[in-house]
Order: sequence, then structure tokens, then C-alpha cells
Amino acid sequence: MVTRLGGRTAFVIAVLVLFCYGIVGIPHGGLKQSISKRINLGLDLKGGVHLVLAVQMSEALGTATDRDAAKLESALQASEITGVTVGKADASHPETISVIGVPIAKMGDVRNLLEGPEYSIYDVATQQDGAYKPTMKHSAIANFEALTLDRSIETIRRRVNSLGVTEAAVQKYGLGENQILVELPGLEDPTRVEEVIKSTAKLEIHAVVGGPYKDGAAALQANNGVIPFDSVLIQGVASAGAPVRSYLLKRASEVEGTDFRDAQPSQDMNGRPNIIFTLTSDAGDRFYKYTSEHSSTSATPGTMAIVLEKRVQEVMGINTAIRDHGEIEGGFTKQQAADLSLMLRTGALPASISYLETRTVGPSLGAASIRQGVHAAVAGLLLVMAFMLLYYRGAGINAVLALLLNLLMLLGFMGFLKATLTLPGIAGVILTVGMGVDSNVLIFERIREELRTGKSAAAAVKEGFAHAWKTILDTHVTTVVSATILFLFGTGPIQGFALTLTMGLIANLFTAVFVSRLIFDAILHKKGRAATLSI
Amino acid sequence: MEMFRDTRIDWLRQKWFFLSISLIFSIAGLFSILFWHHVPLGIDFRGGTQVMVKFYSQPNDDLIRSALAQNGVKEAQVQRISNPMNTAEDEVVISLPKPALEITEEQGRIAIKKGLIANYHESGFDVLKVDVVGPTAGKQLQTQAWLATAYSLLGMLIYLWFRFELVYGVAAVAAVFHDTLITVGAFSLANREIDLAVIAAILTLIGYSMNDTIVVFDRIRENLAIDRNHSLAHVVNRSINQTLSRTVLTSGLTFLTVLSLYLFGGAALNGFSFALVVGILIGTYSSIAVAAPMLVAYQSWRTPKGRVATLPVGR
Repeated sequence: MVTRLGGRTAFVIAVLVLFCYGIVGIPHGGLKQSISKRINLGLDLKGGVHLVLAVQMSEALGTATDRDAAKLESALQASEITGVTVGKADASHPETISVIGVPIAKMGDVRNLLEGPEYSIYDVATQQDGAYKPTMKHSAIANFEALTLDRSIETIRRRVNSLGVTEAAVQKYGLGENQILVELPGLEDPTRVEEVIKSTAKLEIHAVVGGPYKDGAAALQANNGVIPFDSVLIQGVASAGAPVRSYLLKRASEVEGTDFRDAQPSQDMNGRPNIIFTLTSDAGDRFYKYTSEHSSTSATPGTMAIVLEKRVQEVMGINTAIRDHGEIEGGFTKQQAADLSLMLRTGALPASISYLETRTVGPSLGAASIRQGVHAAVAGLLLVMAFMLLYYRGAGINAVLALLLNLLMLLGFMGFLKATLTLPGIAGVILTVGMGVDSNVLIFERIREELRTGKSAAAAVKEGFAHAWKTILDTHVTTVVSATILFLFGTGPIQGFALTLTMGLIANLFTAVFVSRLIFDAILHKKGRAATLSI
Repeated sequence: MEMFRDTRIDWLRQKWFFLSISLIFSIAGLFSILFWHHVPLGIDFRGGTQVMVKFYSQPNDDLIRSALAQNGVKEAQVQRISNPMNTAEDEVVISLPKPALEITEEQGRIAIKKGLIANYHESGFDVLKVDVVGPTAGKQLQTQAWLATAYSLLGMLIYLWFRFELVYGVAAVAAVFHDTLITVGAFSLANREIDLAVIAAILTLIGYSMNDTIVVFDRIRENLAIDRNHSLAHVVNRSINQTLSRTVLTSGLTFLTVLSLYLFGGAALNGFSFALVVGILIGTYSSIAVAAPMLVAYQSWRTPKGRVATLPVGR
């Protein structure tokens, strides 16, 4: 009986070749080289640094609403509505601005202003006694957060690349909690990289409203016991000989991180490291307006403060109007100046970030893990193969061939998907061997049962496969469901495990059923009608 | 070679024996979880700082502790890494207790490093691995672990309900619960830490235990369809006996591979492989000793007196 042996055999061989290609591609260079090009190693096998960052969204939100508040304030002043204070009533709700002290006569005008296109992202709630509470809409907040997250990822990626880390990965992480994953293979000490990625996220220039004060209490005293709405108290940094002072700064900044177009480390006249910066033209215009209004020669001279990482770095008078070129000094070391310029150049982070997780795997551990994993895999494989040959004799060879093809397909899958192999992933391969051979056992036991009831070899094989198929499918589906859930909820290494297990079991469906059957049929065909099976 | 050619063991008769074994292990585990070691959580879940160091000469735990204390690292825990094949015993895990703020974990790591360098010089040791996990991340990973487990069980239940009948699903899920409890209990009794990899192992176990149970149930269903003469208990017994060789063989084979992982796989996968070793044994046991008897017991309970208990055959 021709059961299309030729066609099926050709198909299996084609699959074999296909998956070999998956593993090595078109080999040039050595075999090892070709394989390592297709299959990535995870951080736990290669060594490197794994960072999980959280973007401080409420802070970013606060900065954005502060800017809108400042915009509103100047708009009100422009329309000559006086006596109104615009600011933040509640620090724990950065999405809400409070507008108080609106004179009754002007309430209509203010309302119109607030409902205009400039503030369309706000829902305005009116309160009695001339107060308004514009609150950012939920959709606007969601948009803003998504944008901020993307920009943070961009910026971090640029910084990491400028530091020369090859094959770094920067991507979204977690189940929607505004977290970023940074993976830096090959890096051994994360300290400097962590600093560069995270720090100097916020460099801003604020107008100084009051100070220097000895501390918060002194500041309150000087301002009749209350900090004005549109101001914020920020501490300075300690410098040689001088104690730490606090300053009252205008909440909304005049210049912020995104306004810097370029920054280069340099030296001032005395040889001290400083930074020369260039602003964007837009920011330059704004800065010019501010500095000319408050320069020492104007009617209202003022001072400005450079705020770095929420500390006042430097306070300086405004000597002349500055458009877009300037210098920042602040007692930097050469390295600090270089790092800071790098950060300003690659763009400031739109929000500050904090580290949730930092993990470092040393390269020796990575190599040891690979070695141990491979040992375990080979040992497991040999044990299983030995048993199958012993227990099922001739059919054992069938199982061994199917198993080897299974592993080949598994590795080929990984090559095609450019999947990452992790240490748990190697465990997944080992588990595939154990669970995959289960299918063979199922079929062989059934065949033995059928033979016992007196059926012929060919009939027993047919019945064996037919009955076992349903159970094989059931068991594979349940394990793949488990693995899928693991993949969805797991982190990198666990996902590697879920992936290898799933692909191994899918390949197993093919090898244990189609390929095994083919081998049986081929043997029986060769042996002829009165064949017996070695099983 | 063939084992279990024609077994005729009355499994269901032994159900009280099985029940007592299950109870002993469950209660021992539960006791340990509640009162003794509790559930030892790895750094993934409790947060904190952990540094794995390999020394080039046999280290002394107290010396390490004092070296660290001299450099401002108080209350460091020093533990040898248990690894069945690692005879050198020169790998040590230094953990800092969970601090209040995230940032101090970073400083903890730097301090540990400084302390070690000061006393062992740069070349006396090798930092293998550093983990710093903030409390937020720890809680988040815990939540993820719970969710994954819950969804997994739910998914299984739905699948079994769809392929068989609800009662089969309930019996299988009960068996899986039993397996998970005993496995976590084993970790608690042995005072081994549960980290993310262990959760992955437990979820895999759940799938594996289900597999085993499904094979038995499949056979029960098949036999019920063709055998209308014998009692339910008889049919279930026969089904178990028929699938016994297959069950023991596959568990044995998977156990072999997992054992090889436990022995040769290294320290990083040690918790993971321990979970699988325990879980595979228990998972196989529970299909025979928990799921099947539960099926019969439930049906006997539901059948009014004088009638013969039977099971819905399902699809």
C-alpha cells in the first residue's frame, strides 16, 4: 500500500533543511559564529546591566500645568485683569490649576479666556467667590503621559548610545505603569551609566523672587507667613565655606531642558570648567524678553537662578539681555561639565526618573551559567535517549530521531524569530525534552496495548496514533496555555522560558506525530505484510 | 522490557491512605508557612540588595560580616550558596535587609563593594551578580505573580469545562491546588527562597499536573462510554491501571530531565529545579490519589440512595 511515503519523506527533509537554515543562516565564518549571529543571548548568559526606571509622571504633569498657569497669568495681565493669583492649590493634584481672586466684573472675560482654544485640554470648574479650577482632562493626561514616556525613552536611548554601549536596549516595560527597561550587555559597572541616565534630568532657569534665606522658616517670615502661589522654595547646593541657603523662585521656569539646542564643555577665563549653551530660537526669543525686562539696566532688575536636579546651582544677576548664547558655571569638575553638556545636548528628560530595579550579571557568571545549562541539557537528553532505547527497543530509535528533530526545530524557531535565549530558556529546552518524549510514550504504550489485543502491526500503529492524538493535543494545549500566561506576565528571563517551552511543544506536535508515524510506516512498508514491530 | 503489564490495583480502596498522606504533607507545609519559616521570598518579591560574590579562597562568614560592618554596612546577611555539585563552597550571597527608600539600596551595593575591596583586595574576589530591587518593583512583581497564577488556573478550569464537564474541571483544579500548596510548603520547610523563576516553575507544574490528570480523565471517559456494566469505582480503577504505565513512564522521564537540571544546572536555577522536582512527583501522585477519588466521591455524594453513581461523559 502506498501511503505516499516518498512525499512525506521529502516534506520532512525539507523541514529539516529549513530549520537548519534557521539556526545557522547562510554559514560563513565558523559554525559558532553563524549560530551566535542568529541566536541572541540574554543578559543572564552574556553578562550586563538591567535597569528598570520609573518616570515620575506627576512631576512632569506639574511642570506642564505650571507652564500653562504662567501663560494664563500673562494673558490676564495683558487683558489688564488684576488681582488674580494663578497657581497650584494642592501639590498632590498636579493636574489642577487654581485661579482665585477674580473680580466679579471680570468673571465673564476670565471664563471666556479659560474656555478658549489655548486651554482646551482643561475642564473648567467654577467655584463661588470668583475662583476657577481648570483641571486637565483624563484623555489629555493619558496623551501627555504617553508622549512623556516616549520622549523619555528617546532621550535615554540617545544618552546610552553616546556612551558607547553597543547593543543596548531601551524600551517600555511592565503592564502600563510608565516604566522603562534599559539593558546594557557587556557592561560591568553600572554606576556611571546610572548617573548619566538618571541625573541632570532637569536643568531650568527660574526667576528669583526672594532670598537667599537661611531656611524655610526664614523664607515664610519674610513673606508674611505664606509662600505665594506662583512661587516655590528651593534649596541651594553647599559650596566651599558657604552654608546651604534657600531661595524663593518663580514656579514657572523661564528656560527649561527642552529649550537647549546645544551645550559644550569649556573653560572660563580662570580656567574653571563651565558650559557654553545655545538655546532654540523660540526659547531664545522668550529668554531675550525676560532678560531685557529684568536686566540690571532696566526698571525692574532681577536675578535668575540655575536649578539643577531641584537644587539651585547658581544665582546670577542679569547683566545684559541674553538671547540664545550663555554660560553656566557652578563649580563643576571637568567630568561633570562633560556629562552635563552631553545631557543637555541629547535633550533633557521631560521628567525625572527613579530606579526601581538594577541588576548586574558579571561575565564570568554568564559563561558559567551557559556551561551548566548545556551540561544539564546534554545529561538530560542522554538519560532520556538511553531509557527509550532500553525500554522500547526498535521503536526507541524512532523516538530518539523524533526528539533530535524536535530540538533542531526548536533552535531553528529561535533563530528565525531572533529570540533571546536566557538561562530559564535553556531550562525550557530541557523540559521540552522530558515533556516531548511523553507524546512518544503515549503512542507507544497505546500501540503495545493494541498489539496485545491481537491486532496486526500496521493496524496497531494506526489505532495507536488515532487514540493517542486527542490526549497529546490536550496535554500540549494546557502546557502552552500556561506558558502563554507566563510570557504575558513574566519578565525577560521568564519570557525566554515560556518561549522555548512553547516552541518546543509545537515542534513536538509535528515530530512525535507526523515524523514518528512516517518512520513506523516506512519500516512496516519495508518489512512487508507479516511484519512485526520492535517495540 | 515492560513494566506494569497488567496491574489490577484497587486504587480507590486506598483513598484514606492517600488522604492521610496528602493531609500530613499539606498540614506540615501549612504549619511551616504560617508559623515557622513562613514563605521565604526572594529578592524579586521583597526588595532589597543582594550581591553574589565568589572568593578565591575559602571565605569566613564572620570575617565577611565584620569587614562589611567596618565599612558602614550593618546587618548584612551572609549565606553560602547551596549547589549540589559545587564542592568548593566559595560562593556567597550577601543580602541587605529591605531599606525604607529606594535610593539607599544603590548606596548599599556601593558600600558592600567598598567593604569587600578594603578587606579582600580587588583580586581576592569576583562579583558575580548584583540585584537591587526597590519596594515598588517588588510589590509589582508579586502582583504579577498572583495574577499569572490566577489566570492560569482559570484558563485550565475553562478548558477542562469545555473539553469535559465542570465536575472534571473542579476535581482537576482541586488536585492542582493541592500540588501548589505542597510545593510551596516544601519551600517553606526547606527554607528556600521563592523568586520569579520559582513562580515560573510552579506555573509550569500546574500545566504538567493538569496534563497528567487529563490523561487519566480521558481514559475514564473512554471506558465509561463503552462499559455500562460496572460501577463507577470499578471503571475509574481500571482506567488508572490502564494508564499507569504511561503515567509512571512519562513522569519518570520528565523527572530524569529535571533531576539533571537540579544536579548540573547551577545555582541560578536551583530554586526553579527544586520546584519542578517536588512538583512532578506530587503532580503525578495527585492525578491518581486526589483527582480520581474526588471525582468518584463527588458523584457518590450527589447520587440519591439506591441508584448507581455515574459520571457525565461530556463531549
